[in-house]
Amino acid sequence: MSTEHSPPSTDDADLEFDPAELQALRERVAALEETAADGDDGTKMTIVATQGSFDMAYPPLILASTAAAFGWDVVVFHTFWGLDILHEEKSADLKLSAVGNPNMPIPNAIAALPGMDTVATRLMQKRIDDNGTATIEELIDLSLESGVDLQACQMTIELMDYDEDDFYDGVTTGVGAATALQHMADSDIQLFV
Amino acid sequence: MSSEYQTTETLDVTGQSCPMPVVKTKQAIDDLEAGDVLEVVATDSGSMSDIQGWAGGTDGVALLEQVADDDRYIHYVEKTGE
Repeated sequence: MSTEHSPPSTDDADLEFDPAELQALRERVAALEETAADGDDGTKMTIVATQGSFDMAYPPLILASTAAAFGWDVVVFHTFWGLDILHEEKSADLKLSAVGNPNMPIPNAIAALPGMDTVATRLMQKRIDDNGTATIEELIDLSLESGVDLQACQMTIELMDYDEDDFYDGVTTGVGAATALQHMADSDIQLFV
Repeated sequence: MSSEYQTTETLDVTGQSCPMPVVKTKQAIDDLEAGDVLEVVATDSGSMSDIQGWAGGTDGVALLEQVADDDRYIHYVEKTGE
């Protein structure tokens, strides 16, 4: 078949290996492979989502849904403002901050005027629609459908005076920092957003 | 489009951007049988790299070919196993 990337023929290589050394190396590789295969197979990723602004809701959801497409085991732990992403009512109304956003083409003094966050959010929403970028709700549905574990920090639920029923169906509640850390310790990739 | 593969199904993700081409490709592949070939039609130029990266990092799929045709990007993905 295709030999494009075939390894160099061993016939031509300098075979100056000590057979005993080679055997020892083979055994070491086998032992390491066994260790590596021990316990968990497959890639794991944990994302901690702490931000609940319209723009910051996207990166964790895009990465999580894509990772699930790779067949990875994915947990997104939502805490503090990140909780709003999973909150059915608040999620539909996330705002982009016009103030303190260096990417905004308007000075902070004007951005601070009432209603400017709404204007900035509408502009961003329009760009998202025009570009065919998925909505936050679509990404949440996709993530849940594909087996991503979207977790809502219990302490923050109580802190924000939310109810467990306020969240999308399928969201995991009743979890805290220890649950997140446990998955992070097992993960190949840990991201804090 | 391609005469080399027997395309089993076509997935239209035109007008959609990251991560949809990859995520929808994965979902469509899940519904196919081993040996089936999925044709993915996208307009997202990032899908050239993304579908390649996804196929390379995912078991049970093989990327057969990618074609850039005007502003459309067409990918042929075979389901090789479970």
